[in-house]
Amino acid sequence: MTKAFGKLAAVEARLFLREPVAVFFVVVLPLGLLLALGGTIPGFRDADPALGGQRYVDAPFTGMMILLSIVTLAFSTLPSALVLYRERGVLRRMSTTPVRPGSLLSAQLLVNVVAGVVATALTLTVGHLVLGVPLPGAPLAFVAVFVLGSVAMLALGLLLAAVAPNSRVVQGAGAALMFPLLFIAGMWLPPQLMPELLRRISDFTPTGAFGRSLVHTLGGQAPEPLHLAVLAVWALAAGLAAARLFRWQ
Amino acid sequence: MAIITVDHLRKTYGTRVAVKDVSFSVEEGEVFGIVGRNGAGKTTTVECVAGLRTPTSGTVTVDADLKEQVGVQLQECSLPDKIRVGEALELYASFYSRPADWRALAEEAGLDLRASFGKLSGGQRQRLSVALALVGNPRIAILDELTTGLDPRARRETWDMVTRIKDRGVTVLLVTHFMEEVERLCDRVAVISHGRVRAVDTPAGLAARADGEQRLVFHTDAPVDGLRALPEVTSVTVTGEGTGDGNGALVTVAGTSDVLSAVTAVLPPALMRDLRMERTTLDDAFLVLTGQEES
Repeated sequence: MTKAFGKLAAVEARLFLREPVAVFFVVVLPLGLLLALGGTIPGFRDADPALGGQRYVDAPFTGMMILLSIVTLAFSTLPSALVLYRERGVLRRMSTTPVRPGSLLSAQLLVNVVAGVVATALTLTVGHLVLGVPLPGAPLAFVAVFVLGSVAMLALGLLLAAVAPNSRVVQGAGAALMFPLLFIAGMWLPPQLMPELLRRISDFTPTGAFGRSLVHTLGGQAPEPLHLAVLAVWALAAGLAAARLFRWQ
Repeated sequence: MAIITVDHLRKTYGTRVAVKDVSFSVEEGEVFGIVGRNGAGKTTTVECVAGLRTPTSGTVTVDADLKEQVGVQLQECSLPDKIRVGEALELYASFYSRPADWRALAEEAGLDLRASFGKLSGGQRQRLSVALALVGNPRIAILDELTTGLDPRARRETWDMVTRIKDRGVTVLLVTHFMEEVERLCDRVAVISHGRVRAVDTPAGLAARADGEQRLVFHTDAPVDGLRALPEVTSVTVTGEGTGDGNGALVTVAGTSDVLSAVTAVLPPALMRDLRMERTTLDDAFLVLTGQEES
Protein backbone atom coordinates (compact mmCIF):
# COMPACT_ATOMS: atom_id res chain seq x y z
CA MET A 1 0.00 0.00 0.00
CA THR A 2 2.86 2.37 0.77
CA LYS A 3 4.44 1.42 -2.54
CA ALA A 4 1.19 2.34 -4.25
CA PHE A 5 1.06 5.68 -2.44
CA GLY A 6 4.64 6.45 -3.41
CA LYS A 7 3.86 5.74 -7.06
CA LEU A 8 0.67 7.80 -6.86
CA ALA A 9 2.51 10.77 -5.40
CA ALA A 10 5.29 10.45 -7.98
CA VAL A 11 2.81 10.34 -10.87
CA GLU A 12 0.83 13.27 -9.43
CA ALA A 13 4.05 15.26 -9.09
CA ARG A 14 4.97 14.56 -12.73
CA LEU A 15 1.48 15.55 -13.86
CA PHE A 16 1.80 18.78 -11.88
CA LEU A 17 5.12 19.59 -13.54
CA ARG A 18 3.62 18.88 -16.98
CA GLU A 19 1.09 21.69 -16.52
CA PRO A 20 3.13 24.74 -17.51
CA VAL A 21 0.32 27.08 -16.42
CA ALA A 22 0.33 25.68 -12.88
CA VAL A 23 4.10 25.88 -12.57
CA PHE A 24 4.04 29.42 -13.95
CA PHE A 25 1.44 30.81 -11.56
CA VAL A 26 2.72 28.98 -8.50
CA VAL A 27 6.50 29.37 -8.89
CA VAL A 28 7.53 31.62 -11.77
CA LEU A 29 5.02 34.47 -11.41
CA PRO A 30 5.51 35.24 -7.67
CA LEU A 31 9.28 35.00 -7.95
CA GLY A 32 9.28 36.98 -11.20
CA LEU A 33 7.11 39.73 -9.73
CA LEU A 34 9.34 39.96 -6.68
CA LEU A 35 12.46 40.33 -8.83
CA ALA A 36 10.92 42.54 -11.50
CA LEU A 37 9.05 44.97 -9.27
CA GLY A 38 11.47 44.76 -6.35
CA GLY A 39 14.40 45.27 -8.69
CA THR A 40 13.01 48.09 -10.84
CA ILE A 41 10.72 50.24 -8.69
CA PRO A 42 13.09 52.31 -6.55
CA GLY A 43 10.50 53.11 -3.87
CA PHE A 44 10.14 49.41 -3.15
CA ARG A 45 13.67 49.30 -1.80
CA ASP A 46 13.52 52.42 0.37
CA ALA A 47 12.63 52.33 4.04
CA ASP A 48 8.97 53.41 4.21
CA PRO A 49 7.72 55.23 7.31
CA ALA A 50 4.15 54.19 6.45
CA LEU A 51 5.27 50.57 6.86
CA GLY A 52 7.01 51.20 10.16
CA GLY A 53 10.35 51.85 8.48
CA GLN A 54 10.48 48.54 6.55
CA ARG A 55 11.31 48.37 2.87
CA TYR A 56 8.18 47.42 0.93
CA VAL A 57 10.09 44.68 -0.91
CA ASP A 58 11.00 42.98 2.38
CA ALA A 59 8.28 41.49 4.54
CA PRO A 60 5.22 43.18 2.94
CA PHE A 61 5.85 42.30 -0.70
CA THR A 62 7.66 39.00 -0.12
CA GLY A 63 4.83 37.89 2.18
CA MET A 64 2.28 38.69 -0.52
CA MET A 65 4.23 36.69 -3.14
CA ILE A 66 4.29 33.67 -0.82
CA LEU A 67 0.56 34.13 -0.27
CA LEU A 68 0.05 34.28 -4.06
CA SER A 69 1.74 30.87 -4.51
CA ILE A 70 -0.33 29.20 -1.80
CA VAL A 71 -3.62 30.78 -2.87
CA THR A 72 -3.02 29.73 -6.49
CA LEU A 73 -2.39 26.15 -5.39
CA ALA A 74 -5.41 26.08 -3.11
CA PHE A 75 -7.94 27.82 -5.32
CA SER A 76 -6.81 26.68 -8.74
CA THR A 77 -4.41 23.74 -8.98
CA LEU A 78 -5.82 21.49 -6.26
CA PRO A 79 -9.56 21.87 -6.88
CA SER A 80 -9.16 21.72 -10.68
CA ALA A 81 -7.27 18.45 -10.45
CA LEU A 82 -9.75 16.89 -8.03
CA VAL A 83 -12.83 17.94 -9.98
CA LEU A 84 -11.25 16.65 -13.18
CA TYR A 85 -10.57 13.31 -11.48
CA ARG A 86 -14.17 13.10 -10.32
CA GLU A 87 -15.48 14.20 -13.72
CA ARG A 88 -13.41 11.65 -15.59
CA GLY A 89 -14.34 8.82 -13.25
CA VAL A 90 -10.73 8.39 -12.08
CA LEU A 91 -11.79 8.31 -8.43
CA ARG A 92 -14.58 5.86 -9.20
CA ARG A 93 -12.26 3.66 -11.24
CA MET A 94 -9.79 3.63 -8.38
CA SER A 95 -12.47 2.50 -5.95
CA THR A 96 -12.57 -0.84 -7.83
CA THR A 97 -8.90 -1.49 -7.00
CA PRO A 98 -7.32 -2.38 -3.66
CA VAL A 99 -6.29 1.29 -3.29
CA ARG A 100 -8.89 3.63 -1.84
CA PRO A 101 -9.60 6.80 -3.81
CA GLY A 102 -8.74 8.72 -0.63
CA SER A 103 -5.11 7.91 -1.41
CA LEU A 104 -5.33 9.96 -4.59
CA LEU A 105 -6.68 12.86 -2.56
CA SER A 106 -3.79 12.53 -0.10
CA ALA A 107 -1.26 12.32 -2.93
CA GLN A 108 -2.72 15.48 -4.48
CA LEU A 109 -2.54 17.31 -1.16
CA LEU A 110 1.05 16.17 -0.65
CA VAL A 111 2.09 17.38 -4.10
CA ASN A 112 0.47 20.76 -3.49
CA VAL A 113 2.09 21.13 -0.08
CA VAL A 114 5.50 20.27 -1.53
CA ALA A 115 4.96 22.74 -4.39
CA GLY A 116 4.01 25.43 -1.86
CA VAL A 117 7.09 24.75 0.24
CA VAL A 118 9.38 24.78 -2.81
CA ALA A 119 7.87 28.01 -4.15
CA THR A 120 8.20 29.67 -0.73
CA ALA A 121 11.78 28.51 -0.23
CA LEU A 122 12.71 29.78 -3.71
CA THR A 123 11.04 33.15 -3.13
CA LEU A 124 12.81 33.59 0.21
CA THR A 125 16.21 32.43 -1.05
CA VAL A 126 16.28 34.31 -4.33
CA GLY A 127 14.79 37.43 -2.69
CA HIS A 128 17.48 37.25 -0.04
CA LEU A 129 20.35 36.74 -2.50
CA VAL A 130 19.25 39.21 -5.17
CA LEU A 131 17.38 41.93 -3.30
CA GLY A 132 18.76 41.47 0.20
CA VAL A 133 15.33 40.61 1.62
CA PRO A 134 16.01 39.43 5.19
CA LEU A 135 15.23 35.79 5.94
CA PRO A 136 12.22 35.34 8.27
CA GLY A 137 12.86 37.34 11.42
CA ALA A 138 10.78 34.96 13.53
CA PRO A 139 11.55 31.64 11.80
CA LEU A 140 9.60 29.29 14.10
CA ALA A 141 6.55 31.53 14.13
CA PHE A 142 6.86 31.88 10.35
CA VAL A 143 6.85 28.10 9.88
CA ALA A 144 3.88 27.73 12.23
CA VAL A 145 1.93 30.42 10.37
CA PHE A 146 2.90 28.90 7.02
CA VAL A 147 1.60 25.48 8.09
CA LEU A 148 -1.62 26.73 9.68
CA GLY A 149 -2.35 29.12 6.80
CA SER A 150 -1.62 26.50 4.14
CA VAL A 151 -3.93 24.04 5.87
CA ALA A 152 -6.71 26.66 5.94
CA MET A 153 -6.18 27.53 2.25
CA LEU A 154 -6.08 23.91 1.10
CA ALA A 155 -9.17 23.10 3.18
CA LEU A 156 -10.97 25.91 1.35
CA GLY A 157 -9.70 24.47 -1.94
CA LEU A 158 -11.10 21.07 -1.00
CA LEU A 159 -14.42 22.67 -0.14
CA LEU A 160 -14.44 24.35 -3.54
CA ALA A 161 -13.73 20.97 -5.19
CA ALA A 162 -16.52 19.41 -3.14
CA VAL A 163 -19.23 21.86 -4.18
CA ALA A 164 -18.20 22.59 -7.79
CA PRO A 165 -20.25 20.51 -10.22
CA ASN A 166 -17.68 20.47 -13.05
CA SER A 167 -14.28 21.64 -14.29
CA ARG A 168 -15.56 24.82 -15.89
CA VAL A 169 -17.27 25.96 -12.72
CA VAL A 170 -14.33 25.13 -10.49
CA GLN A 171 -11.92 27.09 -12.66
CA GLY A 172 -14.22 30.08 -12.97
CA ALA A 173 -15.14 30.11 -9.29
CA GLY A 174 -11.51 29.66 -8.26
CA ALA A 175 -10.40 32.66 -10.31
CA ALA A 176 -13.39 34.74 -9.20
CA LEU A 177 -12.59 34.03 -5.54
CA MET A 178 -8.84 34.55 -5.82
CA PHE A 179 -8.91 38.20 -6.80
CA PRO A 180 -11.04 39.61 -3.95
CA LEU A 181 -9.26 37.30 -1.51
CA LEU A 182 -5.85 38.56 -2.64
CA PHE A 183 -7.05 42.16 -2.61
CA ILE A 184 -8.39 41.93 0.93
CA ALA A 185 -5.09 40.38 2.01
CA GLY A 186 -3.24 43.49 0.81
CA MET A 187 -1.84 42.28 -2.50
CA TRP A 188 -2.36 45.67 -4.16
CA LEU A 189 -2.87 47.90 -1.14
CA PRO A 190 -0.97 47.20 2.09
CA PRO A 191 -3.36 46.81 5.06
CA GLN A 192 -1.68 49.76 6.78
CA LEU A 193 -3.01 51.97 3.99
CA MET A 194 -6.51 50.43 3.96
CA PRO A 195 -9.48 52.27 5.47
CA GLU A 196 -10.25 51.07 8.97
CA LEU A 197 -13.40 49.15 7.96
CA LEU A 198 -11.60 47.28 5.17
CA ARG A 199 -8.78 46.38 7.52
CA ARG A 200 -11.26 44.99 10.07
CA ILE A 201 -12.85 42.86 7.34
CA SER A 202 -9.40 41.73 6.24
CA ASP A 203 -8.67 40.55 9.80
CA PHE A 204 -11.45 37.98 9.53
CA THR A 205 -10.86 36.69 6.00
CA PRO A 206 -8.66 33.59 5.56
CA THR A 207 -6.27 35.32 3.18
CA GLY A 208 -6.20 38.52 5.24
CA ALA A 209 -5.27 36.64 8.41
CA PHE A 210 -2.75 34.45 6.54
CA GLY A 211 -1.13 37.27 4.56
CA ARG A 212 -0.78 39.57 7.56
CA SER A 213 0.63 36.78 9.73
CA LEU A 214 3.16 35.93 7.02
CA VAL A 215 4.22 39.59 6.81
CA HIS A 216 4.42 39.90 10.60
CA THR A 217 6.58 36.82 11.09
CA LEU A 218 8.78 37.60 8.08
CA GLY A 219 9.44 40.99 9.64
CA GLY A 220 10.34 39.45 13.00
CA GLN A 221 7.07 40.23 14.80
CA ALA A 222 4.82 37.73 16.52
CA PRO A 223 1.60 36.92 14.64
CA GLU A 224 -1.57 38.41 16.10
CA PRO A 225 -3.55 35.81 18.11
CA LEU A 226 -6.74 36.98 16.36
CA HIS A 227 -5.26 36.03 12.98
CA LEU A 228 -4.19 32.60 14.20
CA ALA A 229 -7.66 31.99 15.64
CA VAL A 230 -9.28 33.13 12.39
CA LEU A 231 -7.08 30.75 10.38
CA ALA A 232 -7.82 27.85 12.73
CA VAL A 233 -11.57 28.45 12.47
CA TRP A 234 -11.47 28.65 8.66
CA ALA A 235 -9.35 25.50 8.47
CA LEU A 236 -11.69 23.57 10.72
CA ALA A 237 -14.94 24.83 9.20
CA ALA A 238 -13.82 24.38 5.58
CA GLY A 239 -12.22 21.01 6.32
CA LEU A 240 -15.33 19.63 7.99
CA ALA A 241 -17.65 20.99 5.31
CA ALA A 242 -15.42 19.56 2.55
CA ALA A 243 -15.33 16.15 4.23
CA ARG A 244 -19.11 16.17 4.52
CA LEU A 245 -19.81 17.39 0.98
CA PHE A 246 -17.11 15.68 -1.05
CA ARG A 247 -18.44 13.22 -3.61
CA TRP A 248 -16.29 10.55 -5.20
CA GLN A 249 -18.40 10.36 -8.35
CA MET B 1 -19.59 -24.01 -9.32
CA ALA B 2 -20.57 -20.53 -10.41
CA ILE B 3 -18.04 -17.76 -9.84
CA ILE B 4 -20.72 -15.03 -10.04
CA THR B 5 -24.29 -15.51 -8.85
CA VAL B 6 -26.86 -12.75 -9.15
CA ASP B 7 -30.13 -13.59 -7.43
CA HIS B 8 -33.27 -11.46 -7.78
CA LEU B 9 -31.24 -8.28 -7.98
CA ARG B 10 -33.24 -5.08 -7.73
CA LYS B 11 -31.84 -1.56 -7.78
CA THR B 12 -33.76 1.68 -7.53
CA TYR B 13 -32.57 5.28 -7.55
CA GLY B 14 -35.23 7.23 -5.68
CA THR B 15 -38.43 6.42 -7.51
CA ARG B 16 -36.70 5.24 -10.68
CA VAL B 17 -36.30 1.48 -10.99
CA ALA B 18 -33.09 0.71 -12.89
CA VAL B 19 -33.12 -3.05 -12.34
CA LYS B 20 -36.37 -4.83 -11.48
CA ASP B 21 -35.48 -8.48 -11.13
CA VAL B 22 -32.26 -9.91 -12.54
CA SER B 23 -30.90 -13.37 -11.85
CA PHE B 24 -28.12 -15.26 -13.62
CA SER B 25 -24.95 -17.10 -12.81
CA VAL B 26 -21.58 -17.14 -14.53
CA GLU B 27 -19.33 -20.18 -14.62
CA GLU B 28 -15.59 -19.87 -14.12
CA GLY B 29 -13.71 -19.37 -17.38
CA GLU B 30 -16.63 -18.41 -19.59
CA VAL B 31 -17.33 -15.18 -21.43
CA PHE B 32 -20.78 -14.18 -20.27
CA GLY B 33 -22.57 -11.44 -22.14
CA ILE B 34 -25.18 -9.07 -20.84
CA VAL B 35 -27.12 -7.57 -23.70
CA GLY B 36 -29.97 -5.14 -23.85
CA ARG B 37 -30.95 -1.77 -25.18
CA ASN B 38 -29.71 1.48 -23.69
CA GLY B 39 -31.29 2.02 -20.30
CA ALA B 40 -32.23 -1.64 -19.89
CA GLY B 41 -30.27 -1.91 -16.65
CA LYS B 42 -27.11 -3.60 -17.94
CA THR B 43 -24.60 -1.19 -16.48
CA THR B 44 -26.35 -0.99 -13.11
CA THR B 45 -26.31 -4.78 -12.97
CA VAL B 46 -22.57 -5.11 -13.56
CA GLU B 47 -21.82 -2.18 -11.28
CA CYS B 48 -23.60 -4.10 -8.52
CA VAL B 49 -21.44 -7.13 -9.38
CA ALA B 50 -18.30 -4.97 -9.27
CA GLY B 51 -19.27 -3.65 -5.84
CA LEU B 52 -19.66 -0.08 -7.08
CA ARG B 53 -23.33 -0.04 -6.16
CA THR B 54 -25.28 -1.68 -3.38
CA PRO B 55 -28.37 -3.64 -4.47
CA THR B 56 -31.69 -2.36 -3.15
CA SER B 57 -32.68 -5.99 -2.68
CA GLY B 58 -31.53 -9.40 -3.87
CA THR B 59 -28.02 -10.74 -3.60
CA VAL B 60 -24.84 -10.71 -5.63
CA THR B 61 -22.26 -13.34 -4.77
CA VAL B 62 -18.81 -13.19 -6.30
CA ASP B 63 -16.41 -15.99 -5.46
CA ALA B 64 -13.32 -13.80 -5.66
CA ASP B 65 -11.78 -10.84 -3.84
CA LEU B 66 -13.64 -7.90 -5.37
CA LYS B 67 -10.73 -5.48 -5.16
CA GLU B 68 -7.80 -7.78 -5.87
CA GLN B 69 -9.25 -10.31 -8.28
CA VAL B 70 -11.90 -8.44 -10.21
CA GLY B 71 -10.67 -6.13 -12.95
CA VAL B 72 -13.12 -3.49 -14.10
CA GLN B 73 -13.36 -1.48 -17.29
CA LEU B 74 -16.01 1.17 -16.79
CA GLN B 75 -17.98 3.15 -19.28
CA GLU B 76 -17.02 6.82 -19.37
CA CYS B 77 -13.89 6.47 -17.35
CA SER B 78 -10.77 8.17 -18.50
CA LEU B 79 -7.43 9.39 -17.23
CA PRO B 80 -5.68 12.75 -17.03
CA ASP B 81 -4.55 13.86 -20.52
CA LYS B 82 -0.91 14.23 -19.56
CA ILE B 83 -0.42 10.77 -18.04
CA ARG B 84 1.58 8.38 -20.21
CA VAL B 85 0.47 4.86 -21.03
CA GLY B 86 3.43 3.32 -19.20
CA GLU B 87 2.89 5.48 -16.12
CA ALA B 88 -0.78 4.56 -15.89
CA LEU B 89 -0.09 0.83 -16.24
CA GLU B 90 2.83 0.88 -13.80
CA LEU B 91 0.75 2.90 -11.32
CA TYR B 92 -2.25 0.58 -11.46
CA ALA B 93 0.06 -2.46 -11.29
CA SER B 94 1.43 -1.09 -8.00
CA PHE B 95 -2.07 -1.23 -6.50
CA TYR B 96 -2.20 -5.04 -6.58
CA SER B 97 -0.32 -7.65 -4.59
CA ARG B 98 0.28 -9.96 -7.59
CA PRO B 99 0.19 -7.76 -10.66
CA ALA B 100 0.60 -8.89 -14.25
CA ASP B 101 3.61 -7.82 -16.34
CA TRP B 102 2.36 -4.39 -17.42
CA ARG B 103 4.91 -4.03 -20.19
CA ALA B 104 3.73 -7.27 -21.77
CA LEU B 105 0.13 -6.12 -21.47
CA ALA B 106 0.92 -2.88 -23.26
CA GLU B 107 2.71 -4.75 -26.00
CA GLU B 108 -0.19 -7.14 -26.41
CA ALA B 109 -2.57 -4.19 -26.62
CA GLY B 110 -0.31 -2.55 -29.20
CA LEU B 111 0.22 0.53 -27.05
CA ASP B 112 3.21 2.86 -27.01
CA LEU B 113 4.32 3.23 -23.39
CA ARG B 114 5.39 6.83 -23.88
CA ALA B 115 2.19 8.08 -25.52
CA SER B 116 0.11 10.54 -23.50
CA PHE B 117 -3.47 9.54 -22.74
CA GLY B 118 -4.77 12.76 -24.32
CA LYS B 119 -3.22 11.83 -27.66
CA LEU B 120 -4.59 8.28 -27.87
CA SER B 121 -7.29 7.33 -30.37
CA GLY B 122 -10.61 5.95 -29.17
CA GLY B 123 -9.49 2.40 -29.88
CA GLN B 124 -6.19 2.86 -28.08
CA ARG B 125 -7.98 4.31 -25.06
CA GLN B 126 -10.30 1.33 -24.92
CA ARG B 127 -7.40 -1.09 -25.20
CA LEU B 128 -5.57 0.77 -22.42
CA SER B 129 -8.72 0.62 -20.33
CA VAL B 130 -8.92 -3.14 -20.88
CA ALA B 131 -5.20 -3.48 -20.12
CA LEU B 132 -5.74 -1.56 -16.86
CA ALA B 133 -8.58 -3.94 -15.99
CA LEU B 134 -6.15 -6.85 -16.47
CA VAL B 135 -3.07 -5.41 -14.81
CA GLY B 136 -3.96 -6.86 -11.41
CA ASN B 137 -4.04 -10.42 -12.83
CA PRO B 138 -7.78 -10.75 -12.14
CA ARG B 139 -9.84 -13.94 -12.07
CA ILE B 140 -12.81 -11.97 -13.36
CA ALA B 141 -12.81 -9.09 -15.84
CA ILE B 142 -15.88 -6.88 -16.13
CA LEU B 143 -15.98 -5.00 -19.41
CA ASP B 144 -18.74 -2.43 -19.97
CA GLU B 145 -19.52 -1.37 -23.56
CA LEU B 146 -15.93 -1.72 -24.56
CA THR B 147 -16.36 -1.23 -28.29
CA THR B 148 -19.03 1.47 -28.36
CA GLY B 149 -17.92 4.31 -30.60
CA LEU B 150 -15.05 2.41 -32.17
CA ASP B 151 -14.56 1.98 -35.90
CA PRO B 152 -14.80 -1.61 -37.23
CA ARG B 153 -11.07 -2.17 -37.23
CA ALA B 154 -10.52 -0.89 -33.69
CA ARG B 155 -13.47 -3.03 -32.64
CA ARG B 156 -11.88 -6.15 -34.09
CA GLU B 157 -8.59 -5.41 -32.33
CA THR B 158 -10.41 -5.03 -29.04
CA TRP B 159 -12.24 -8.31 -29.64
CA ASP B 160 -8.94 -10.06 -30.20
CA MET B 161 -7.84 -8.79 -26.82
CA VAL B 162 -10.94 -10.26 -25.16
CA THR B 163 -10.34 -13.61 -26.87
CA ARG B 164 -6.82 -13.66 -25.43
CA ILE B 165 -8.19 -12.88 -21.96
CA LYS B 166 -10.50 -15.86 -22.21
CA ASP B 167 -7.63 -18.08 -23.35
CA ARG B 168 -5.86 -17.21 -20.11
CA GLY B 169 -8.76 -18.65 -18.15
CA VAL B 170 -10.12 -15.32 -16.96
CA THR B 171 -13.89 -15.20 -16.54
CA VAL B 172 -15.30 -12.28 -18.52
CA LEU B 173 -18.54 -10.44 -17.85
CA LEU B 174 -19.19 -8.40 -20.96
CA VAL B 175 -21.84 -5.72 -21.35
CA THR B 176 -22.78 -4.89 -24.92
CA HIS B 177 -25.54 -4.01 -27.29
CA PHE B 178 -23.80 -5.36 -30.39
CA MET B 179 -25.09 -8.74 -31.46
CA GLU B 180 -22.00 -9.27 -33.58
CA GLU B 181 -19.89 -8.89 -30.47
CA VAL B 182 -22.03 -11.46 -28.68
CA GLU B 183 -21.69 -13.91 -31.57
CA ARG B 184 -17.95 -13.49 -31.71
CA LEU B 185 -17.09 -13.52 -28.04
CA CYS B 186 -19.73 -14.89 -25.71
CA ASP B 187 -20.26 -18.42 -24.49
CA ARG B 188 -23.59 -17.47 -22.99
CA VAL B 189 -25.68 -14.32 -22.78
CA ALA B 190 -28.39 -12.86 -20.62
CA VAL B 191 -30.81 -10.63 -22.49
CA ILE B 192 -32.04 -7.83 -20.25
CA SER B 193 -35.01 -5.64 -21.06
CA HIS B 194 -36.75 -3.15 -18.80
CA GLY B 195 -34.78 -4.31 -15.80
CA ARG B 196 -35.62 -7.99 -16.21
CA VAL B 197 -33.85 -11.01 -17.70
CA ARG B 198 -35.74 -12.17 -20.81
CA ALA B 199 -33.50 -15.10 -21.64
CA VAL B 200 -30.21 -16.74 -20.72
CA ASP B 201 -28.78 -18.90 -23.46
CA THR B 202 -25.91 -19.53 -25.84
CA PRO B 203 -25.83 -17.17 -28.83
CA ALA B 204 -26.89 -20.05 -31.09
CA GLY B 205 -29.68 -21.06 -28.75
CA LEU B 206 -30.88 -17.49 -28.64
CA ALA B 207 -31.00 -17.21 -32.42
CA ALA B 208 -32.90 -20.48 -32.59
CA ARG B 209 -35.64 -19.08 -30.36
CA ALA B 210 -36.71 -16.63 -33.01
CA ASP B 211 -36.19 -19.23 -35.69
CA GLY B 212 -38.78 -21.03 -37.74
CA GLU B 213 -39.21 -17.76 -39.57
CA GLN B 214 -37.66 -17.15 -42.96
CA ARG B 215 -38.12 -14.14 -45.13
CA LEU B 216 -38.21 -13.86 -48.92
CA VAL B 217 -37.67 -10.42 -50.36
CA PHE B 218 -38.18 -9.74 -54.09
CA HIS B 219 -39.54 -7.33 -56.69
CA THR B 220 -42.45 -8.38 -58.86
CA ASP B 221 -45.22 -7.00 -61.07
CA ALA B 222 -47.35 -10.09 -60.53
CA PRO B 223 -50.24 -10.08 -58.03
CA VAL B 224 -49.13 -11.56 -54.68
CA ASP B 225 -52.37 -11.59 -52.66
CA GLY B 226 -52.79 -15.29 -53.38
CA LEU B 227 -49.66 -16.02 -51.35
CA ARG B 228 -51.44 -15.12 -48.12
CA ALA B 229 -53.58 -18.24 -48.42
CA LEU B 230 -50.57 -20.57 -48.27
CA PRO B 231 -50.21 -22.40 -44.94
CA GLU B 232 -46.43 -21.88 -44.98
CA VAL B 233 -46.82 -18.09 -45.20
CA THR B 234 -47.35 -16.02 -42.07
CA SER B 235 -47.34 -12.56 -43.60
CA VAL B 236 -47.01 -10.71 -46.90
CA THR B 237 -45.89 -7.11 -46.95
CA VAL B 238 -45.98 -5.02 -50.12
CA THR B 239 -44.06 -1.77 -50.07
CA GLY B 240 -44.15 0.44 -53.16
CA GLU B 241 -46.48 -0.23 -56.09
CA GLY B 242 -45.44 -1.24 -59.59
CA THR B 243 -44.52 2.27 -60.69
CA GLY B 244 -43.73 1.41 -64.26
CA ASP B 245 -40.02 2.07 -63.79
CA GLY B 246 -39.53 -1.63 -64.28
CA ASN B 247 -38.87 -2.42 -60.65
CA GLY B 248 -42.31 -3.51 -59.60
CA ALA B 249 -43.45 -3.70 -56.00
CA LEU B 250 -41.10 -4.75 -53.22
CA VAL B 251 -42.60 -7.79 -51.54
CA THR B 252 -41.56 -9.39 -48.27
CA VAL B 253 -43.00 -12.80 -47.53
CA ALA B 254 -42.41 -14.26 -44.09
CA GLY B 255 -43.15 -17.85 -43.22
CA THR B 256 -41.87 -21.21 -42.03
CA SER B 257 -38.66 -22.81 -43.23
CA ASP B 258 -40.54 -24.22 -46.24
CA VAL B 259 -41.75 -20.84 -47.42
CA LEU B 260 -39.44 -20.70 -50.44
CA SER B 261 -40.73 -23.89 -52.09
CA ALA B 262 -44.31 -23.01 -51.23
CA VAL B 263 -44.06 -19.58 -52.83
CA THR B 264 -42.21 -20.73 -55.96
CA ALA B 265 -44.87 -23.39 -56.51
CA VAL B 266 -47.43 -20.62 -56.95
CA LEU B 267 -45.36 -17.74 -58.30
CA PRO B 268 -42.91 -18.70 -61.05
CA PRO B 269 -39.38 -17.58 -60.18
CA ALA B 270 -39.20 -15.89 -63.58
CA LEU B 271 -41.64 -13.26 -62.27
CA MET B 272 -39.48 -12.46 -59.25
CA ARG B 273 -36.50 -10.16 -59.53
CA ASP B 274 -33.67 -9.63 -57.04
CA LEU B 275 -34.90 -12.51 -54.92
CA ARG B 276 -33.09 -12.92 -51.64
CA MET B 277 -33.63 -15.01 -48.53
CA GLU B 278 -33.18 -13.62 -45.06
CA ARG B 279 -32.56 -15.94 -42.20
CA THR B 280 -33.30 -14.93 -38.65
CA THR B 281 -30.21 -13.74 -36.91
CA LEU B 282 -29.23 -12.94 -33.39
CA ASP B 283 -30.35 -9.40 -34.17
CA ASP B 284 -33.87 -10.64 -34.86
CA ALA B 285 -33.84 -12.74 -31.71
CA PHE B 286 -32.72 -9.71 -29.76
CA LEU B 287 -35.51 -7.58 -31.21
CA VAL B 288 -38.09 -10.26 -30.48
CA LEU B 289 -36.87 -10.67 -26.90
CA THR B 290 -36.57 -7.01 -26.06
CA GLY B 291 -39.70 -5.89 -27.89
CA GLN B 292 -39.61 -3.86 -31.05
CA GLU B 293 -41.91 -1.08 -29.91
CA GLU B 294 -39.36 0.69 -27.74
CA SER B 295 -36.40 1.94 -29.66
